[in-house]
Amino acid sequence: MNWGVVIPLLLFLVIIFFIGFYASKYLKSSADFLQEYFLGSRQLGGFILAMTMVATYGSASSFVGGPGVAYTVGLGWVLLSMTQLATGYFVLSVLGKKFAIMARKIRAVTLVDFLKERYQSKWVVILSAASIIIFLFSAMAAQWVGGARLIESFTGLSYTAALFIFAVSVLVYVIIGGFRAVAITDTVQGIIMFFGTMIILVGTIIAGGGIESIISDLAAENPDLISPYGADRSLTPVYVSSFWILVGVGVVGLPQVAVRAMSYKSSRGMHRALIIGTVVVGVIMLGMHLTGVFARPVLPGIEVGDTVMPRIAMEVLPAWLAGIVLAAPMAAIMSTVDSLLLLVSSAVVKDVYLNYINPEASAKKVKRLSISVTAVIGILVFAMAVQPPDLLIWLNLFAFGGLEAAFIWPVIMGLYWKKGNASGAIASILTGVGSYILFHSFMPQAFGMHTVVLPVLLSLLAYILFSLLTVKRHSDIQKHVFQKLWSA
Amino acid sequence: MNHHDKRMEDPRYKIANKEALIGTALVIVNFILWYGFAYGLGSGPVEEYDYIFGFPAWFFYSCIAVTVLIFLLVILAVKFLFKEVPLDEEDEK
Repeated sequence: MNWGVVIPLLLFLVIIFFIGFYASKYLKSSADFLQEYFLGSRQLGGFILAMTMVATYGSASSFVGGPGVAYTVGLGWVLLSMTQLATGYFVLSVLGKKFAIMARKIRAVTLVDFLKERYQSKWVVILSAASIIIFLFSAMAAQWVGGARLIESFTGLSYTAALFIFAVSVLVYVIIGGFRAVAITDTVQGIIMFFGTMIILVGTIIAGGGIESIISDLAAENPDLISPYGADRSLTPVYVSSFWILVGVGVVGLPQVAVRAMSYKSSRGMHRALIIGTVVVGVIMLGMHLTGVFARPVLPGIEVGDTVMPRIAMEVLPAWLAGIVLAAPMAAIMSTVDSLLLLVSSAVVKDVYLNYINPEASAKKVKRLSISVTAVIGILVFAMAVQPPDLLIWLNLFAFGGLEAAFIWPVIMGLYWKKGNASGAIASILTGVGSYILFHSFMPQAFGMHTVVLPVLLSLLAYILFSLLTVKRHSDIQKHVFQKLWSA
Repeated sequence: MNHHDKRMEDPRYKIANKEALIGTALVIVNFILWYGFAYGLGSGPVEEYDYIFGFPAWFFYSCIAVTVLIFLLVILAVKFLFKEVPLDEEDEK
């Protein structure tokens, strides 16, 4: 075991636990358990809001998978990754104040709460809660596998032992501290990700003998490594541009991101978060992927993309610093997993149980149930991640794009188009998810674009068409919705 | 009914709608610059590339300069175009 690397990581875990205990004090004293556990009582300031957004969004793929692909593909992949810059400012400016104000008018705690009040339809609630539970459960399991592999790779522990450490760490602080613990640990994790990115980038540039020499080494090996088209010229402008939908604007539809737009304290906090979030996302995405490309001349011949990051860190940095930097991908994975865990629990407790099974449950019962549901889901994910079943791997393929295709229009049109109604929303969710799975299976990358693009367009058409066709049928409900959500 | 709606509407939404449009405009500007520099300067043969600070010019402008420019535009937009409004119902009155 490489203690130089392991000690900073252990320290990192200890800090995270302390935050969990700190946040648990709020949970004990809060008057409204649900608001505190799932939303931190809407008390987030600008800095924490920015960091929890970035950290939730930046996952294993930004820190492990992404740099690995950049290593193989070259600068073209960095170009593609920069489409994510938009997430920094687009989500908060579009959901922004409107979502926060509406969510307060109806005291919504989850995304589904908002959809429920906006569309007044049982089917919207059931479909959206089901998509959240199914897709995010599988996404979560995939992230746990990534987290465990990472621990395995630099501690030399067995996969199951690594998974156990990872699972216990996350479960403890999420269960005792809820959303506030998640947001504050996300902030610490975001800071580690930010500085870790800069350190590893600078270390790699120095090890490669400066930018100029790295770029000429790359060009000498294969000129296309420094072109926007990728090493084998397979990155077409249309394909690369289509990532603006998948990882740029489409992120608005991800429930784990959207729910954060209900959690801020004030519009001043939101403004600060817009600036900080954009800068942090920009620096992390540029730095991490550029490091992947620059690692190529420094450490040639790496076969498995996922090992590029850990290996380059250990190569170019002293052990203790590598330990700190390697805490960054750990932090990225943990900060994604903790949010997903809480979100799936909220879907089960708030959206399903309290809506349809037992609306009269006592406060004490809700509290016990929330905590035990989080624990049970955590244990289930652990069991799944020990040996991930094929179904789960298959579902995870759709988790990101599938949720975007399902929610982007019910959320955005729900906020900005008063004529949008339940029929439109149901049609949009079904079209989005259904056509995504079909396109993926039978016509992947249609017209050279990422598979998510067409389902997003189709679900928009479905939303508008069905809303307009059913104007009459919904007119009474729409008046009621207007009263509740739009009137002063 | 539409006219009636407008008058009754929460006045904070006018601000919110405007800011959503600003966010969308930023994405469009971001996309055009990113695309224009990358493929405008990077489409030719690699041997003829210009270099800035060691980076190929297309990459420097599209991925580094545009990113910094967007940071600035976001800061300016928030400072000068975004308005602070109370989010809670109670504070409103």
